[in-house]
Amino acid sequence: MSARKPYRRPMAGWWKKNPYFVEYMVHEGTALFVAAYALILLAGLFALARGEAAWNAFAAFLRSPPSLLLHGVLLLGFLYHTWTWFNIMPRTLPPIIISGERIKPATITRAGLAASALASVALYLIARIAA
Amino acid sequence: MKRSNAPIFWALFGAGGMLSALVGAMLVLITGIAAPLGIGLPGDVLSHANVLDFVHNWAGKLILFAVITLFLWHAAHRIFHTLHDLGIHAGWTARILCYGSALAGTIASCVLLMQIA
Repeated sequence: MSARKPYRRPMAGWWKKNPYFVEYMVHEGTALFVAAYALILLAGLFALARGEAAWNAFAAFLRSPPSLLLHGVLLLGFLYHTWTWFNIMPRTLPPIIISGERIKPATITRAGLAASALASVALYLIARIAA
Repeated sequence: MKRSNAPIFWALFGAGGMLSALVGAMLVLITGIAAPLGIGLPGDVLSHANVLDFVHNWAGKLILFAVITLFLWHAAHRIFHTLHDLGIHAGWTARILCYGSALAGTIASCVLLMQIA
């Protein structure tokens, strides 16, 4: 066993010192919300596979105040994810050049948010018609 | 040179991130708030018969499978990469926990969707 104890600069909480990195951690944290929602859907599927009584219990849970509160929080997390996803998109896309000019970052963000709004309205209308 | 498998995980991350950014908030609003409360949607939309009809339909199955699995792979990839930023070594344990959970969820949703025939 080596007795050497090389100095390591402490890094715990490094991101708390700079608002830019705090935002980075928060937007990375939206992954927890996305995972939680996927697990809720999976739980619903599990209940549905077990039969009508199990499904009714799951539906009753969805109507309970804790679930409504949880989904309210999830909704905020997802809205933040939508905003940050399209806010970062200009930096994650390869440069798009149209008639010799590079598309402005703000244009990409706005187009993404508009697409999200459009897709959401379409989804709601489909759900309403199908239900 | 050995081909990297990273593009597959980045593609799943991107697909899940894009899908959740486009319709994730509305999905949460529909399944978690509007449908349970019967606001903006018929009150019986969550009835057993209705939901079973939805999952019996191949389009319903496909939608549920895409949403559940892509959301899981997106989250797994993002959490895996953020662990490193939190000072947790992103080694094989973290890799197996993150991507293993997404894989387990994928298999589970596939089995459940086929069971509900």
